[in-house]
Amino acid sequence: MSDLNVLFAGFGGQGILFSGKVMAYAALMEGKELSWLPSYGPEMRGGTASCSVCISDKAIGSPLVVNPDVLVVMNLPSLEKFEKDVVPGGLIIVDSSIVKKDVTRTDVRVVRIDASRIAEDNGLKGAANMVILGRLFKETGFCSAENLDLGLQKSVPTKKAFLLDNNRKAISLGIESEY
Amino acid sequence: MNEKVLMKGNEAIAEAAIAAGCRHFFGYPITPQTEVAAYMSKRMPKIGGVYLQAESEVASINMVLGAGAAGVRVMTSTSSPGISLMAEGISYIAGSDVPCLIVNVQRGGPGLGGIQPSQADYFQATKSTAHGDFHILVFAPSTVQETVDMISTAFDLGDKYRMPAMVLSDGMLGQMMEPVILPEAKDPDKDSKNWAVSGHGNKREHNVVNSLYINPQELEDLVKARFERYKIIQENHQMAEEYLADDADIIIVAYGSSSRVSRSAIDAARAQGIKVGMIRPITLWPFPEKFINKHIGHTKAFLSVEMSMGQMVDDVRLVVNGRAPVEFYGRTGGIIPTPKEVLEQIIRINGGVQ
Repeated sequence: MSDLNVLFAGFGGQGILFSGKVMAYAALMEGKELSWLPSYGPEMRGGTASCSVCISDKAIGSPLVVNPDVLVVMNLPSLEKFEKDVVPGGLIIVDSSIVKKDVTRTDVRVVRIDASRIAEDNGLKGAANMVILGRLFKETGFCSAENLDLGLQKSVPTKKAFLLDNNRKAISLGIESEY
Repeated sequence: MNEKVLMKGNEAIAEAAIAAGCRHFFGYPITPQTEVAAYMSKRMPKIGGVYLQAESEVASINMVLGAGAAGVRVMTSTSSPGISLMAEGISYIAGSDVPCLIVNVQRGGPGLGGIQPSQADYFQATKSTAHGDFHILVFAPSTVQETVDMISTAFDLGDKYRMPAMVLSDGMLGQMMEPVILPEAKDPDKDSKNWAVSGHGNKREHNVVNSLYINPQELEDLVKARFERYKIIQENHQMAEEYLADDADIIIVAYGSSSRVSRSAIDAARAQGIKVGMIRPITLWPFPEKFINKHIGHTKAFLSVEMSMGQMVDDVRLVVNGRAPVEFYGRTGGIIPTPKEVLEQIIRINGGVQ
């Protein structure tokens, strides 16, 4: 794998930053160079949140992902804002439970996953971000399954270790989700 | 050796300062720096240190002066408008020959400006931090690991030359997470501070830490002695990283976040056959003149890339002194330039792609 630049975007509270953190830690476990950069400021309160993750074999230059290889969108404003920026041939993963609008680009691959519904149906409300991360893992193979799990373990604070299993389950659901 | 962990730049600053033996932090919250103070407020009480949220930046910096005068490792951190408020205190600290660490996680200005990353405080940090003839050491990290490594250097050199040291970060470097190996904890050498006002049980002459000198001759002598120290620093402590500079036709000069953007642009330009490299100042004061002078001759043009309207470019021009064209590209107000924008500048200066 060469460089992989990922932009996660959605509402504040959907776990956008956490998804990026798990991915970043998994890449660290994989022995890669990486960076994680959140959007910060007033837009995080009820508005859109986004998070740039860069993974590479070389030192990371600009950590701000302007043209993502992979765009994860968990709300409509994020799709409208970032769709045009994805590199040609790139991948857009959409939480289709929330975003009903179709992707208009024809030069990118689109994966629509009913992530929020899948999470809710399995008693994992709020874990749609991990369902999507599972799917992202399956689509890109950015790390090994072992390192993805280690990345998750590193990202969940010790005090919240009880959440590990739910997150694991959500990731598995994403990996197994229908095309 | 410590394990490699992911850490935010701001939290890494705090942990690195603790590892360097800092046990006194005085500050006031301001975005995008607040994680430094928040982290300190959790850690300091657990390790017998002092964390104090003062009523203002003015109070914070004067507490830093007091603690520094007593000979302990002390720091504060803030973001751009906070440094403006601290200006008077920084001048007093410099005028009292007291070491301390000041962190500026820059945001867009002027005024309250914005909260997004900026490098518009270069002039303030390197030239006009406050009133009077003085300098402070200014370090500009470009990664979280470098930030961590630099904190200890900044404390050590500040102690050695008895002067304030600043780490000039920005909102991007402060907020981003990267893998980092934290340094081993060390105890600073307290005995070397024989000038400190720390109590002596009447066993020696009392020390005085002061910045008021009514007699102009005394003040001139003192300032001149300080500038002799500055000369030694300029001679011995210029730091910069060179990236693909040896065969470069075009050399970008960029520090901190804008150097990361420039590095991406340089890689893209090299892939198109353009010989471009970079000198990345690590110390902004002393400005790394030696590194620029070394590349006069083969370099057809210099390009200063900054997140400002053009500040460091003045220092590049002073060093180059007409021996090559010096160009500038920058974004400001909290906008981070893209690698594509910088690449366009490289191609323009190169006269297109051959």
